[in-house]
Amino acid sequence: MLLKDEVQLLRNVPCFSRVDPCKLKLIAFASARICYEPGDILFHQGDVADAAYVILRGNAGLFVGAGCGEIKIGDAGAGSILGEMCVLCDAPRAATVRATMPIEALRIGKECLLKVIADNPRMTSDISRSLAESLRDATALADRQPVRMPEPTH
Amino acid sequence: MENSLLRYIWNHTRPQQVWVLFIVLLSMVPYFAAFDLPKQIINGPIQGQGFETPDTTASFMAFDFVMPLTDWHINFDGIPLDRMSMLMALSGVFLLLVVINGLFKFYINTYKGRLGERLLRRIRFELVDRVLRFPPSALKQLRGAEVSTMVKDEVEPFGGFTGDAFVQPAMLGGQAIAALFFIFLQNVWLGMIAGVMVAIQVGIIPKMRRRLIELGRQRQITARHLAGKVGEIVDGIDTIHAYDTSNYERADIAHRLGQIYRIRYDLYRWKFLVKFVNNFLSQLTPFLFYSIGGYFALRGSLDVGQLVAVINAYKDLPGPLKELIDWDQARQDVQVKYEQLLEQFDPGVLIEPALQVVTPVAPANPGGALSAQNVTIADGSGARVVENVTVRIDKGETVAIIDNSGSGAEALAEAFGRLVWPVSGRITLGDVDILELPESVTGRRISYVSADSYFFHGSVKENLLYGLKHAPTTTVSYSGRDAINRRWEMHEAQMAANPHLDLNADWIDRRSTSILRGFSDDLKQSMLRALDVVQLTPDVMELALHSFLEPEDNPGLAERIVQMRHALRQALQEEGLANIVAHFDPAAYNPEASVGENLMFAATRTSTFGNDDITESDYVFEVLKVAKLFDMLYGMGLTIAEDLVEIFADLPPEHPFYQQLERITAADIAFYQQILQRRQARAGQADTEEDRRAVVRLSLHYVEPRYRLGVLTQEIMDAVVSARDLFYLNLPAELRNRIERYDPHRYMAAATLRENVLFGKLSNRVADAPAKIRQVAGRLMHENGLFESFIALGLDFDVGNSGRRLTLAQRHKLSLARALVRRSDFYILNRALPGLDKRVQEEIVTSVIDFLREQDNDPSIVWVLSNTSLSRLFHRVVVFDRGSVVADGAFEALDKESDIYKSLVA
Repeated sequence: MLLKDEVQLLRNVPCFSRVDPCKLKLIAFASARICYEPGDILFHQGDVADAAYVILRGNAGLFVGAGCGEIKIGDAGAGSILGEMCVLCDAPRAATVRATMPIEALRIGKECLLKVIADNPRMTSDISRSLAESLRDATALADRQPVRMPEPTH
Repeated sequence: MENSLLRYIWNHTRPQQVWVLFIVLLSMVPYFAAFDLPKQIINGPIQGQGFETPDTTASFMAFDFVMPLTDWHINFDGIPLDRMSMLMALSGVFLLLVVINGLFKFYINTYKGRLGERLLRRIRFELVDRVLRFPPSALKQLRGAEVSTMVKDEVEPFGGFTGDAFVQPAMLGGQAIAALFFIFLQNVWLGMIAGVMVAIQVGIIPKMRRRLIELGRQRQITARHLAGKVGEIVDGIDTIHAYDTSNYERADIAHRLGQIYRIRYDLYRWKFLVKFVNNFLSQLTPFLFYSIGGYFALRGSLDVGQLVAVINAYKDLPGPLKELIDWDQARQDVQVKYEQLLEQFDPGVLIEPALQVVTPVAPANPGGALSAQNVTIADGSGARVVENVTVRIDKGETVAIIDNSGSGAEALAEAFGRLVWPVSGRITLGDVDILELPESVTGRRISYVSADSYFFHGSVKENLLYGLKHAPTTTVSYSGRDAINRRWEMHEAQMAANPHLDLNADWIDRRSTSILRGFSDDLKQSMLRALDVVQLTPDVMELALHSFLEPEDNPGLAERIVQMRHALRQALQEEGLANIVAHFDPAAYNPEASVGENLMFAATRTSTFGNDDITESDYVFEVLKVAKLFDMLYGMGLTIAEDLVEIFADLPPEHPFYQQLERITAADIAFYQQILQRRQARAGQADTEEDRRAVVRLSLHYVEPRYRLGVLTQEIMDAVVSARDLFYLNLPAELRNRIERYDPHRYMAAATLRENVLFGKLSNRVADAPAKIRQVAGRLMHENGLFESFIALGLDFDVGNSGRRLTLAQRHKLSLARALVRRSDFYILNRALPGLDKRVQEEIVTSVIDFLREQDNDPSIVWVLSNTSLSRLFHRVVVFDRGSVVADGAFEALDKESDIYKSLVA
């Protein structure tokens, strides 16, 4: 998969959809492409959030919970972005992400992501909107489900 | 040491001084004989005195000597020789005397030189010996660089002076008195004049020189301070950079140099002034002879012949006199220097030499507790940091000492380590004050570690074993030349009162390692365990992996590493991890390496001059052209340039994204943009060679998985691989020793150990590739029995000046490990692990206690803790508050009862 294919995929990620293609190329270039085997961990709950991940291919499961047992709280497939919220608010990872099938992902470093957001005011509003949406959903579902990660929208 | 240098020299070289004086006197005989001979040759055979007729003979070497006070005659009638034979015989004697005089001179100078050098050696040794015996309080004021210039430079003139110390005044004084006496013989009055002038000269000149000596003293002190300051700048260079004070230091140095200049200039002026006065005075005497003597001669009260004789005799006086005054100057000069040294090297109290006597076998263990009895300790300012403290540490106890406020705990630990001497009270081991025990007892039964322990220049291993080097444990038997050499060394050492312990002997005391099971690998096991306990093993392994190994030095190991390389490759394949390393394969393109690296296909050494990159050398471009790769890479480079310009065009130069590009800066992007624009403008015209090279350079650094521009075609890769042989065909000499072609079956001396094991590039794409490979490689290393060899390589790492090549945490751990390697009864650990995070501290404290408790001699551990919560790991806790012990008891008891302890630990 080449840089230009990655750019195509990035355009499908909601919060990047309105970013200038030229900038997307820059993001793709500044990111590292990493493969994961099924069972590999992208990041652990509680880790320092140092990067966001865009899944280019494959599927990952999101888990929360401590030692005794963990609860699966969602799935992420190709085109979803993971971990960007924790990067933005400088919080530790809220969930553990594990590959459920071979994954190819783009790892966007924290500094890089923050820089892109700062350079693209429109992106900021998109992110605020998706934050607000997930907050609303979470409030609505608070009774039934204690924790909920924002589902990737396609 | 004696108060006067002359006395010091006399005491240590008396028989030699008498001997050399005797030889000098003896040498006078041929010397004066040689004076008279030319006259004899000229008057006799050449001018013909006594050879009036052609066949006259004269007797050669005839003498008649009557022994005084007896009527013994020693006489020789001589050999009758004619004129020509006489000339030859006398010339022959002359030549003989020249040789004899030369030999005398040679012998005397060598003898004096040797005398001086031995004295120099003696005094230098004595000074260092005194430093080794300084009490701790005196050492705190000492600046290392100043002491070293004192020992090295300031004593230097003593050596030169020693040979002349007594011979010179004896000889010159004799000559001067003889000349003066001769003048007196001619005429008493003129003799009086000469005598008075000599008295004035001898009286005034040394007085004038007093100022010279004072200036000399100042010069010495300022120069010493300069040396101290320079040493300080080197030691404190990090702080200077950190606070941007380099210009302050420059100003300081310039000011000091100015002072030295002023003193030296003053010194010159005075020196020449004194010289002028001296010359003037010695010329004044003839003036008086001419005028006063002439006056009396004209008046008729003085015989002209006498006057001439006096003036002639006076010729011989100023020479010796001047030299005598010079000698006196030298004497005063070295005396002042000597007094200076005495002042610096006499701290009042010195540790008794008997306490530091060489003791190869550790003294029989008297046992007993380590206790402080009514101890009061003052800090540098005299404030009392410990007051009237009594603590007893019994065998096998583990004691944590913590401070509520103040620094009493640290001070007490320092006193246990003999780093400070109590103002009152005493610290005893068994029943004896530790200050009265020989260091061979205290320095072995007690191991003291603090955060500022020192590391000596050398390898990690040398530093780790430093605590075991008390005395030579073996004697080396030399043979042949080495034996002669060794005998000479020992003799000379004795002549200068130096010890003659053999540095080549094994100094490591193998009977006092912490692990002592009577096996030959006790020492090795002690080191490995000590490294493990302080968690330094991974660091040492890391040092090993970054080290370079010369395969010739250790062919066996190199061979086994190459085997491990293949084993690793196989293991990765078996575990389905083959994709995390792109191995160097001579017949294949390595996708994780750049195009340039693929062409060279070699480990490269960085050049000693600058960091010029071989990938960009002219030779590489030549090869590319011959291999017809240049145009392909040019085309590829243009695409890369277009992409890069497109991606980076609008970014400000400080943008973090530039970090993604290893070699390319904002300026480079602008440069490539211009090249592309020029190309468009010219439309088809040939580009300049320089531009073309710049574009090709982009291709040479291109790594497909990182850039992902999809410009690297199979055709280019094949061409690069097939150009490898071409690259090595005409390799220029200056590149040849910097490049070592990858060969899967050979150890690469130009590559680190890690690169040699891996022999490939880690994939950019695989998550956690380093961790995965480390796991497999670590397992293989243990399986192949390479672990100890690797650790040994890491232990050979040079720690640099006072260990600065290690990180601070590594230094603290190493310092702790150094104590753990040796077997002691008491381990005093004074805040030994600052700066480590709490979890690691706890792990290390626990493992140190466990490790030491395994020892069969049941050692006691006293640990001054900065992290008070760790005190729960100890049996007993002593709590200090403002210099006094406020709580002392078992951890469980204190935890329940002591409020102050609870508040500290909470």
